[in-house]
Amino acid sequence: MSARPAQETERAPEPAGLEREHDPGAFLDAYARMVLIREFEQAIHRLFLKGEVHGTTHLSAGQEAVPVGVCMALDADDYVSGTYRGHGHALAKGTAPEALAAEMLGRASGVCGGRAGSMNVVDLEHGLVGCFGIVGGSIAAATGAALSARRQGRVSVAFFGDGATNQAYFHECLNFARVLELPVVYVCENNFYGEFTPMENVTAGGEIAARAGAYKIPFTVVDGNDLWAVRDAATEAVERARSEGGPTLLECQTYRHYGHSKSDPAKYRPDDELERWLARDPLTIARERLLADGIGEDEVTAVETEGREEMERATQAALAAPYPDPRERPGSEFSG
Amino acid sequence: MSELEFRVAIRDALAEELERDESVLFFGEDVAAEQGGVFAVTPGLQERFGANRVFDTPISELALAGAAFGAAATGTRPVIEIMFGDFMALPMDSLVNQAAKLWFVSNEQGSAPLVIRSAVGAGGRFGAMHSQNPGTWLQGIPGLKVVAPSSPADAKGLLKSAIRDDNPVIFLEHKRLYSIKGPEPDSETVPLEEAAVVREGGDLTIVSISKGVRDALQAADTLAGDGLEIEVIDLRALRPLDLATVLTSVAKTNRVLAVEEGPRVGGWATGLLGSIAEQGLHDLDDAWIVATEETPIPYSPSLEDEFLPNAETIVESVRARLRTGVETGA
Repeated sequence: MSARPAQETERAPEPAGLEREHDPGAFLDAYARMVLIREFEQAIHRLFLKGEVHGTTHLSAGQEAVPVGVCMALDADDYVSGTYRGHGHALAKGTAPEALAAEMLGRASGVCGGRAGSMNVVDLEHGLVGCFGIVGGSIAAATGAALSARRQGRVSVAFFGDGATNQAYFHECLNFARVLELPVVYVCENNFYGEFTPMENVTAGGEIAARAGAYKIPFTVVDGNDLWAVRDAATEAVERARSEGGPTLLECQTYRHYGHSKSDPAKYRPDDELERWLARDPLTIARERLLADGIGEDEVTAVETEGREEMERATQAALAAPYPDPRERPGSEFSG
Repeated sequence: MSELEFRVAIRDALAEELERDESVLFFGEDVAAEQGGVFAVTPGLQERFGANRVFDTPISELALAGAAFGAAATGTRPVIEIMFGDFMALPMDSLVNQAAKLWFVSNEQGSAPLVIRSAVGAGGRFGAMHSQNPGTWLQGIPGLKVVAPSSPADAKGLLKSAIRDDNPVIFLEHKRLYSIKGPEPDSETVPLEEAAVVREGGDLTIVSISKGVRDALQAADTLAGDGLEIEVIDLRALRPLDLATVLTSVAKTNRVLAVEEGPRVGGWATGLLGSIAEQGLHDLDDAWIVATEETPIPYSPSLEDEFLPNAETIVESVRARLRTGVETGA
């Protein structure tokens, strides 16, 4: 199987008897967040080319419906952990775009004061335990956060990619979470490539979600480009976690529009693959669904304009912010 | 005066901190089992504090350390056990890239107050994969504290400090110390940042940590018969490193011997002598190391005994060095 849009794959059956409440207003807000993430990634892409973003960066354009749909199912004080492709994870959980943009630019006003950069963002105030440069790291962080969450009446979510499911983190933590019945939701963003390598070439068995079955963890394959499908699957998983039903694995199938990182033009992708996925752009799907659900075109357009303007303001503010002064605040090795 | 056994000191520290602070959890492989781990350190804790706070886990060191990190970042104070220090290679990513970095990289939004207890050290005929001292592996990681007590009193006081500390602390318990007995501590906690001058003397400073401190004290007793007054410093922690206490002592004795149960190349002792040379060269007449060979740790009693530093090898080294080297005045 090559990377195919989810509409061509068999959809997981809907759980019987689960009533879905689809408040169009909530989805309009969620769409606004998706627009913001897309604008953010495009802005970072431009700023990288101008030399304002340093080192490397991993863009999540095309994958916006996953973190936004999952976070629709969460409360503000629930925990998430993300990856080096984590801008969307942070924005979906509530990190301010200006603070995140400034972090990408290495500025003092960044959410981590410029110490973290693109790959390692932490925003504890918004429940983002961390974004990790080691692909399976987020799986463990969320598993551990679930130990706290269980005592605090919260849940914990790990975002990670298909590549991470071949690391020890994935297998050790899924087993650990099932044995201890932890309130955690594992969200695999399967974008069908681990860096430059097709997922199918390096994933024994070819299926990610089914791996959870070996641990007796409920799992679902989700159309990761459909905000509604992601939100519904996440809602069910989060309800399970909150009602002491233990962990769930969601495999959200999606696609990144850019290459793996800034050094990757993604020439390894078959000719028409990107085009087929662009035809199922999560923003386009969400826009059409909102209109079909009775949201006015003017409201949708207003949200899009706001997103663009908000990102423009965030970019300008970040560019105007100073770099951190190492003499002024050298930083301490230890707390306390 | 009642005597405290090292393993009981650890158990008491855990029990007292579990009692004192609801946010403390303790988990690991076999720690809640009836025997209380392979070294019988923690029996009875689950019965006392319940399975929600003290529990067994799968043999998954990476998940264990990662779970401790995630819990510590979100309001819990986990204490975990990595059964043998040699197994510390497995959770390294979580220690190095998660726990050690949260405080600084997050711009001091929060830290990871976790403790990793682990049984370390050779001399028990456990062979190459159950005998190492990972302290040196971990010493070079900013953001981690690396602590190793040498006495029951310190074991209790340092572990209580480690659990109360807001940073990740690696707590290394030497297997050959579990059954020793010593005086009860005279304070509630012992600071993690302060080396201890455990014997005073003016002729030579011996610096070590963990079991090496006991060996050094024993050697100092013997060398006193030669008329040598040995000062013994227990570092207590490899990171942060209390270099000031060492430099003060070297300023007095002008000679320093570092005793490490581990290889010389890349070891903490080598680093320490470098720091002393860098900052106290004018005080220094001699500096050397007693360490192990540059091989893995062998199994056979005859091989392992020859491999390890002990009180006798320290005495021999001091006698040889001071006789052929610098005038002792003795």
